[in-house]
Amino acid sequence: MYTQGLDQKSSQSAEIKVESAEDNARFQAHVDAEEKIEPKDWMPEAYRRTLVRQISQHAHSEIIGMQPEGNWLTRAPSLRRKSILLAKIQDEAGHGLYLYSAAETLGISREQMGDQLLAGTAKYSSIFNYPTLTWADIGAVGWLVDGAAIMNQIPLCRCSYGPYSRAMIRICKEESFHQRQGYEIMVELCRGSKEQKEMAQDALNRWWWPSLMMFGPSDKDSQHSAQSMAWKIKRFSNDELRQKFVDVTVPQAEFIGLKMPDDDLVYDEESGHYRYGEINWQEFTDVLAGNGQCNRERMRTRREAHQNGAWVREAAQAHAAKKVARAAA
Amino acid sequence: MMKKEDALLAYTLRLGDNALIIAQRLIELVTHGPELEEEMANANFALDYLGQARMFYSYAGELEGEGRKEDEFAFMRAEQEFRNFLLLEQPNGHFGDTIARSVMFEVFYLMQLEALVDCADERLAEIAARAAKEIRYHLRHDSQWLIRLGDGTEESHEKIQSSVAELWRFTGELFAGDEIDEIMRAEFSGPDLESIQAAWRESIAAILAEATLQMPDDQWMDKGGRTGRHSEHFGPLIAEMQYMQRSYPGLDW
Amino acid sequence: MTNKDWPLYEVFIRAKSGLSHRHAGSVHAADDEMALDHARDVYTRRNEGVSIWVVKSSSIVASDPEESAAFFEPAKDKIYRHPTFYEIPDGVENI
Repeated sequence: MYTQGLDQKSSQSAEIKVESAEDNARFQAHVDAEEKIEPKDWMPEAYRRTLVRQISQHAHSEIIGMQPEGNWLTRAPSLRRKSILLAKIQDEAGHGLYLYSAAETLGISREQMGDQLLAGTAKYSSIFNYPTLTWADIGAVGWLVDGAAIMNQIPLCRCSYGPYSRAMIRICKEESFHQRQGYEIMVELCRGSKEQKEMAQDALNRWWWPSLMMFGPSDKDSQHSAQSMAWKIKRFSNDELRQKFVDVTVPQAEFIGLKMPDDDLVYDEESGHYRYGEINWQEFTDVLAGNGQCNRERMRTRREAHQNGAWVREAAQAHAAKKVARAAA
Repeated sequence: MMKKEDALLAYTLRLGDNALIIAQRLIELVTHGPELEEEMANANFALDYLGQARMFYSYAGELEGEGRKEDEFAFMRAEQEFRNFLLLEQPNGHFGDTIARSVMFEVFYLMQLEALVDCADERLAEIAARAAKEIRYHLRHDSQWLIRLGDGTEESHEKIQSSVAELWRFTGELFAGDEIDEIMRAEFSGPDLESIQAAWRESIAAILAEATLQMPDDQWMDKGGRTGRHSEHFGPLIAEMQYMQRSYPGLDW
Repeated sequence: MTNKDWPLYEVFIRAKSGLSHRHAGSVHAADDEMALDHARDVYTRRNEGVSIWVVKSSSIVASDPEESAAFFEPAKDKIYRHPTFYEIPDGVENI
């Protein structure tokens, strides 16, 4: 969205320009008034960097997130399910593209972002480093992982950065079916045979805790939260969103007769919230550090796709150049 | 001589098999595309083919009248019962192989569908009209790619030239009509394979010429898909596709 | 630094006839035809359009936000350009 060339100019000038207190105050007033920041507007360098980090990480998550679900595409149990799953995975590629576009308005190229992902300097959501072992995992991923993602994403529709906010509005609109299709799979399994129900419970057991981790570290340990809140990139804290997710999801599990894998889970009448057990943050840190079950495979698949496509991308460019030369002759 | 109704059923199933098998191959490519925008195109094409397979199978189920549904045709038939072209079950190879396979098939398939739009069976004509719109777009996209690769870099030129040469031996089967095709033509004013073959050659020649590629010499043509004699690549494809229904028979998902 | 990305194109979509084309986002493509295909595949999966324009991002000339005060603020006080500026006595119709 918007021209890359112009954006690069503005980002360079932002680096050269000393950030005066006055500039920052004007910027903050703008944000406080709920006015959107657009690509060429002046912005603090730290704001720009925070957004590049967050948006590209979000885009990478969409793209890497295609892999665990893609694992079941060729084996989906019905043609209807196959079509739905394919449409969902395709949407994820689309959402990655909307987000890369939004990040590009901040003066970083798609190639740079791709390089950062492959070099491991940019992260993606650690949830995608868990394996999808049975068909029920496709249900659990849609229900829980997309459910948690939507919780995170809806407030981002109001993010202060215009291109990110617009991309998120489009993404949230399109993703509304993703969680429902996942839950529908779980409903079908829970209505089915004993085997199917066990499959569903097993998937819930494996995906519940990792989906709680998707909201990020607890507020007391979260590095970037306060500044992001002030800039209106973030609207709710990690723990607030996590609590909201638990509150809506527990009754959904009960409705289909599944049990949450948490012995400490209780409903607290007084606050109207479910209290849940301790999250294993060591596991979160380990997976984030690259030691999940699938980190290496995910990166290898992405790297191979990129490398194997190099000759194709080059050919297209060479052909385009020939056409231009012929038109000029 | 085969009954007219049986020929219509067999023909409809063949159309479904072609669409399903190429869909399954394209699905294998998801997350392996050369660029993200092409991921989108590939998924669109696979979705179109899946949709077509479902329409053909549902209609076949009605024609057969024994209560079989789309999933029973897709997941509960043995590999010898599938009647897709050998071309479509060939492994994806690299991007050029996939594009060459698609272009060779789609030029034929579009002509087949356009002829079916005017056939005497109304339902088949309706499905064909819908499918033709989709395939027209596939062909636009895929033939442009064939041209880009042919007239791109030296490396891409060599690669796509050998893709075309390698796959050529599977194109004869597209036009090797049998009794079913003959009944479709005579009784339902269906496609005339002889005239399609001539038009296909002309169309492919034009695309190859623009791509600066050689049209392969006529050679030995493989066939067998139409009689259920598939290549070795086919078994694993079917095994993977049918895994759930075979492992857990009779369940709803 | 050389950028190996295909060029960036901006995508504009007409949602239905009667409406103007509206900026939808951007895609990378090696040439114009590919840009159209990519725009179609990325931005019209849900029947969002009846017409697409694509234009190389580098061809867009944009106003500079540094100059936005000079560009846009002078129009703010020309309130006499708006119909609500004028007082018409009650009872006068069709004006």
